[in-house]
Order: sequence, then C-alpha cells, then structure tokens
Amino acid sequence: MGKWIKITEFKDVPAMGSRKVVIGDIEIALFKTKDGSIFAIENECPHKQGKLSEGLVHDHMVTCPLHNADIVLSSGETIGEDYTCAKTYKSKIENDFIYLEL
Amino acid sequence: MNKEKLVVIGNGMSGLRTIEDLLEHNSEKYEITIFGEEPHFNYNRIMLSYLLSGEKSFEDTIINHQTWYDENDVTLHKGDKIVKIDKEAKKVISESGVECEYDKLLIATGSNAFIPPTKGSDLENVIGFRTKADSDKILELITTDKKAVVVGGGLLGLEAAYGIAMHGIKTILVHRSGSILSQQLDTTAGKILQAHLETYDIEFKLNTTVEEIAGDGKVEKVTFSDATSVDSNIVVFATGIKPNTALADAAGLECKKGIIVDDYLKTSDDSIFAIGECVEHKGNTYGLVAPLYEQAKVLAKSLTDVETGPYGGSTLSTRLKISGVDLFSAGDYLGDETTEELILLDEKVGIYKKLVIYDNKIIGTVLYGDTADASWYLKLLKEQTDISDLRTKILFGKSALSGDGGHGGDDVNAMADDEEVCGCNGVCKGDVVNAIKDKDLKSLNDVKACTKAGASCGSCLGLVEQILVNTLGDEYDSTPEGICDCTHLGHKEIKAEIDAGEFDSVYDVFEKLKWKTEDGCAKCRPAVNYYLLVKYNDDKYQNDKRSALINDRVSANIQKDGTYSVVPRIWGGVTSPKELKDIADVAVKYDVPLIKFTGGQRLDMFGVEKEQLEPMWKDLNDAGFVSGQAYAKGLRTVKTCVGNTYCRFGTQDSMNMGVELEKLTWGSWTPHKYKIAVSGCPRNCAEATIKDFGVIGVDSGWEIHIAGNGGIKVRVTDLLCKVETDEELFEYTKAYMQFYREDAYYLERTAHWIERVGLQYVKDVMFDEEKRKYYADRFDESQKSAQVDPWAKAIDEGFTKEFNPIVIDTKDLENYEAKEI
Repeated sequence: MGKWIKITEFKDVPAMGSRKVVIGDIEIALFKTKDGSIFAIENECPHKQGKLSEGLVHDHMVTCPLHNADIVLSSGETIGEDYTCAKTYKSKIENDFIYLEL
Repeated sequence: MNKEKLVVIGNGMSGLRTIEDLLEHNSEKYEITIFGEEPHFNYNRIMLSYLLSGEKSFEDTIINHQTWYDENDVTLHKGDKIVKIDKEAKKVISESGVECEYDKLLIATGSNAFIPPTKGSDLENVIGFRTKADSDKILELITTDKKAVVVGGGLLGLEAAYGIAMHGIKTILVHRSGSILSQQLDTTAGKILQAHLETYDIEFKLNTTVEEIAGDGKVEKVTFSDATSVDSNIVVFATGIKPNTALADAAGLECKKGIIVDDYLKTSDDSIFAIGECVEHKGNTYGLVAPLYEQAKVLAKSLTDVETGPYGGSTLSTRLKISGVDLFSAGDYLGDETTEELILLDEKVGIYKKLVIYDNKIIGTVLYGDTADASWYLKLLKEQTDISDLRTKILFGKSALSGDGGHGGDDVNAMADDEEVCGCNGVCKGDVVNAIKDKDLKSLNDVKACTKAGASCGSCLGLVEQILVNTLGDEYDSTPEGICDCTHLGHKEIKAEIDAGEFDSVYDVFEKLKWKTEDGCAKCRPAVNYYLLVKYNDDKYQNDKRSALINDRVSANIQKDGTYSVVPRIWGGVTSPKELKDIADVAVKYDVPLIKFTGGQRLDMFGVEKEQLEPMWKDLNDAGFVSGQAYAKGLRTVKTCVGNTYCRFGTQDSMNMGVELEKLTWGSWTPHKYKIAVSGCPRNCAEATIKDFGVIGVDSGWEIHIAGNGGIKVRVTDLLCKVETDEELFEYTKAYMQFYREDAYYLERTAHWIERVGLQYVKDVMFDEEKRKYYADRFDESQKSAQVDPWAKAIDEGFTKEFNPIVIDTKDLENYEAKEI
C-alpha cells in the first residue's frame, strides 16, 4: 500500500537532468532520461552520500557528482560495486503531472 | 538471425585472444568452434619457463577454463588436430574425422621448434621447448646424475637452462655466437647477464655448436664443436621457431616464411584469416606475444565490422622471465655509425642502461638491472618523441626529470607489496600485482577497472603502468584503449574525427562514430562536448550543459554535503575596500557559513545552498562582480605579487599585467583548469613557476614559463622564452593557451600535455611566427563569444529555475488518495 503523491508538471523536470524533491524528511532526486522516462530515487549516493540529483544522466543511469559511482536509476544499485542499493520510488504520469508513490 | 560460422584452428594464445576481443565487440555475430591440437585448455605459453622451474603450477598458466568456453558458447575440440582445409567447400577436417564448415576461418597454428640438422638429433630425448608436453618431458628426464644440455642462448634457451638448473641439475648452455641473447642484447649487457646466470651453476659454451649427439636409441653423449664432450641424457633445442604453415601451404594459401597476411590479417583467401606466430606480415614474422595482441585487436575489430586502422607491424620489446634478472630491450638496440648512444654502466651493482638515439629520437634501448623506466622509454620510442630537452637527464629515469615531488623514487621493484600505489582508492602494490596475475589483466584500463588503482585522480597511472610492465613483460598491452567503455576510440582518434567531419551535437558524434551507448557516459560526453566547443566556438555550437559535469554545469563548486561554494572574480587578485565590503554584505545577507582565501588570491564563500545561488549571483552581479569561474575547465585565476608599484625589488608592474592577462584570457574553455601567475621580479613571490602559464618580470622584459603544476605531483615550469614588450607577451599568452586548447586531450593539464608531446613540439609552434599569429588570432576569435558572465547568462536563460527544490507540504499529504498497488 502506498500513496500516490502529485509532485510537479512533467515539463518542469529537464530532460537529461533532474529536480530535487523534498517531502518532509525525505529527499528524492527526480530524473528525466533522454527517452523521456521518469525515475525517482533517494537523493543520496550509497557510496559517500553525494547528491545524486546533481549527477550526470546517461542511459537509465546517473553518475554521482562526488566520486563518479554509476547508479542504476530503476534499481538503485551501483555498477561494479556491492554497496547497498539506494531506495527507489515508483512514478507515474497522469495528465502531464508526475506522481510518486510513497 | 543466422549466425556466421567462425572456425579457429589452434587453441593457443593468439587465436583465443582474438576471440576474446571479438566477443567483446559483438557476441552475437558468430557461432564459434575451436580446434586445438594439444589436449589442454588455452594456457599461457609464456609461462612455460616458470612451469619448468617449478615456480608455477600448470593450473596457474591456464587462461581460459571450460567455464569460459561454456559461458561464451564456444565449442572446443581439444586434442583434435585439423588435418585439412578444404577452401572450395569451406570446411576443415580433423584427425578424428570431424568435418566442420565455416564462413570465416582463422588459422592460429603458431610455430614449431626449429631444430638445426645435427647428427643424432633424431634420437629419443632430443627435445624442442614449445609445449606443456615438452616441459613435462624435460622434468621427467632430468636427473642429478647427468648433465643437461641446452642449445641456443636466446630468450627461450636461457629460460630453459635456468628452469632446469633450478632443480639442481648441472646445465650446459651451448650458443653459436660469442654473446648470449644476441637478438635482444648488446655484448655488454650479455656479459653482465651471463655472469649472473653462472651463479646458478649454468656453464656457458659460447662460439660453440653441437657436433654430434650419440647414444643407443636415446641421448647418452654430446660432443661439441670444440671437440669436448659430455655425458648427458637430454638435449633441449631452443634454436628458434618455424611458423607452422603446413596446413595453409597444403590448402594453397600463399606462404613464404609464414602465411602471408595483409594489414587486416587476411590471407590470400578472402574467407581465411591468420594470426600470431604462423603469419608473415610485410616480410616480418613475430615470435613474441605483444605483436600478437596488437594483431588480435585489429582482427577482432575487422571481423565484427568495428572500424579499425590497419595493423602496421610491431616494435619489439622483450623481457627475460628469469627470477632476479631485470632485463628489457626494445627496437634497434645495437645502432650503427649514424646513431648515438647514451650509456650508464655500473658493473659492480649490475646496472646497465643504453639508449640508441637517431635524429634526437630513441630508436632502441637495452636495460639491465633497473628496468623501472622501461615503459617510459618504450613510449618515447613508439611516439617518436624528440628528446633534445631530456638528454642530460634521461638515463636517470622519468622521476629525475621533474625533481619528483610526489612518489619517492618510483622504483616499483623496490616497493613492498603492502606499499600504497593509489592514494585515492587505497590500493597497494600487492593488490595490483595479484589482480594482474589472477585475473589475467593486460592493459592499463583492465587494471583501472578491476582494482580502481589510478581510476580517480590518475596521478599514479605511471606507477601502475610500471607494475604492469614489470609483472607482464612483453605481454603488456600498451595499445591505447578507448576513452571509456562506450567507444573503442581514444582521444586522438575522436579529435581527428571531429576535426574532419561536421556534427551538431554530442549525440550526433556518438551516432556517426558508432558509439556502443546512445548517451555516452560521464567520461566521454564531457570530452566530446569539449571537442565540439573548441571546433565550433560558443557562437556556432551551443555548450551542452547536460554533458558537463556538475561544477561546469551549474557554475559553482559542489561540496561533499551537496552545498556549493561561490567565488566572484577578483581581477589579478587585486581588490578594494568597496569590493570587500560588497562581498561581505552578500555573505552576511545569505548567512554564508565560511569564507576562505584561496591559493589563487580569491575569496571563496562556502556552504551555499543551491537555491541561494541565483539570488546571490544577482546581488554580486549588481555590485559589479562576475563569476570567478573557480569551477571552470578554463582560466581560473591570475595570481600576482605586488610588483614595482610598492615592492623595493620589483622590476615590472606585475599587478597591472596580471589584471590585463586575466581580462584577456578569461572565458574560453580549455581541456582542464588553467592557472596563470605574474611575478614582478625573479624572486617570484607569485609562484609563477608552478603554474600552467607563469610570467616573471625581469629588467629587460618578461620571462614566459609554461606547463607547471603544483598539484599532487609538483612540476616546475619549463622556460619558453623571454620577450621585451607587453604586446609580445600578450601574443604568446593567447597563442600558447589556444594551442593547448586545440592540441591537448580533454582533462589533460598543461603539465601532462607537455610531458606527452614534448617541449620541443610546443616550441616549434610558438617560435614559428606564422603559427603563433595563427593561434593568437584563433584565440581572439573564440573569446568573442566566450567572454560572457556564466552567472548572468544562466539567470537570463532561465537555467537557474531548476536550482529550486520541489517542496511538498506534508500537511497536504493526507488529502492524497491511497491506492492499492
């Protein structure tokens, strides 16, 4: 059971970029990849807590701005490392608005 | 889709290396079948010497286990020799009767031991030294009662003799010429090596051949050309190899010394390729592993339709695999009357270094006892670097060049296994060596990916490379790799392609140059974006912020907690009470937690939240400041001393010159950050001699110093020249910066660039008036569209909107509808 929370308009997240979303104590990085997919992931790199929202987006991945860890946006895992996965959130788009499930 | 059938004859190092490379490019294209004559999996033939000496087990030498063949869906027929190639029917037939059709055939049959016609060489226990079976046979036969005879004082012969002697067997090594290892060493090094090997109880008979081997069916007695003889039960011939062309010959393929192949390893039949020791390319055959890897790389690409340059032949370098002997040679190590030699010889310590120089370039080298700089010399040799500026120091090694601030003596042999190599990732020498051995790593990129050594700041890469060379010897694969996993192309090729073509975006480049990924990655995308910017300048190419790393993208420096630091430009490091007050007002208004003076004479405001950037920038802009670009791969700062304005020693107005140079050079992107300093006299208080571009005032004008670096490894600048007028200084400033912009690789500091291309290369351009003007003009052109304040621009373009977080009021959450998943 989760709640779908209306976050922002689809156009407000830049393609190949991200927005930082703050919901109470939770900080989420909201990404839009080149193919227009939306991903939401806890805004903290499993390596050394870098803000993933500031990373470089490629494919369905983001490279952490601090030490270049490559994080898979759909699963939160780090390529080639066995760090714990970053938490990911389900997203959907309805009437041009992005919703996240919390 | 139907896969093409690829059949490989030979389950050895060259065939398998090709298949490994090929699978990496395209694992779908071929259905692969391999036939191997030996009853083993693919093992490392180079390690046979260690197998013989007992320093390694056979298991240690296996490169590909059954699991590898299974995982890659490769069918292996081991112990089944191909006896016929039917090129009309496009099939091969094996000894056991297996018939296998092919679309493409790869011949990798290697070579056979060459045994010169000798009386008695047909006796039992006369052995060549090529295979695991040979090594087993030798180990089975040798006994302390009898002496062993090894014929041939080349690499293999010496390794065989050493391997046998290690078991306490009295070994006689017979060699035709007067100096051992004459293919790799000059006489001096040969003598030092011989003296060392004699300590293992190996007896050398030089200028000697085997006259007769006698015995009743088996070897019993060996007589030499000097009429002496010895009781022996084994004769090992290591007198060279013969490319194994039998199959190819019988199939009617063109063969001379070896199977003739073109620059893409194709034989005279369009469907048949050949590689390794069995081939002849442009009249050369190769018996070492490095050339074979270079061939494999080209062939794997051409078989999978990946763009590749032709195979152009190989520079040979060798290393002797005998414990306790450090020996390296490459290229033309003998020289002739047209060449010069640089020699360092210390017989007592056992060190000998020789460089053969022609036209100010290294064309050959022999190193004995100290091979720490082997990879460096080999690189200078391969890249044909002009060494005029290095020659007085070159024999003392790379570490002697820059006074070496960072990494001690850099002698990897002397390093203990637990000594740290990579400080960024905490990797020790032992970790690197073990990874190379256990995981069969061959290149710098392999090691970087596997151990992380050198993967961060990269300052230890030279050290890592030395460890690779020392561990692998001639197996070390020094061919430059692609800049990341997205492409096979290196910086050099990418730059050349971008120069030659027309592209409108990084993605256009990826598509046209056949990238493996659609979007590239954090390594290649910023690099390609940079190369496009340099080609087209900011007016014709829109800098792609999404392809820039964080600091360049948001025009601020990210800190470990995700906050940013803000640095306004303070021209030449010269400020005023009013400016200081304005900065202080902004800092107070935004409650900046920390202000720090930087090494480049700026004020750095730390702990700024991302959403504060826009209003802070606005306020700073309003007060007359522009971005200090403390994040930029471009001009950072011009640091100055007070100069003759106040200083009693000052000879020039360094402050004013610093301000002028900063106004001249800020803006354009460069491959990496770029720092300038101007000192007003040779006391050099602005520390100009560790900057990318250092200017020092002297009575008669300005000295220009280039390519310094105060970072992890200090590099003191090289003096470029002295100029008399300010105008000349401006022209050099522009021309040098532009030449660096266009010539260096992305993320290559001036110091590393100069070390790669050589000072002379830069001087040749800078001292050519026409070229200097050309680059200075191009710099002016690029600055026209680049000198725009990035802060004001980001705000104008609306880019800073995304700096604001999306904050969801948690009080409203209750109103959202709960929904089943």
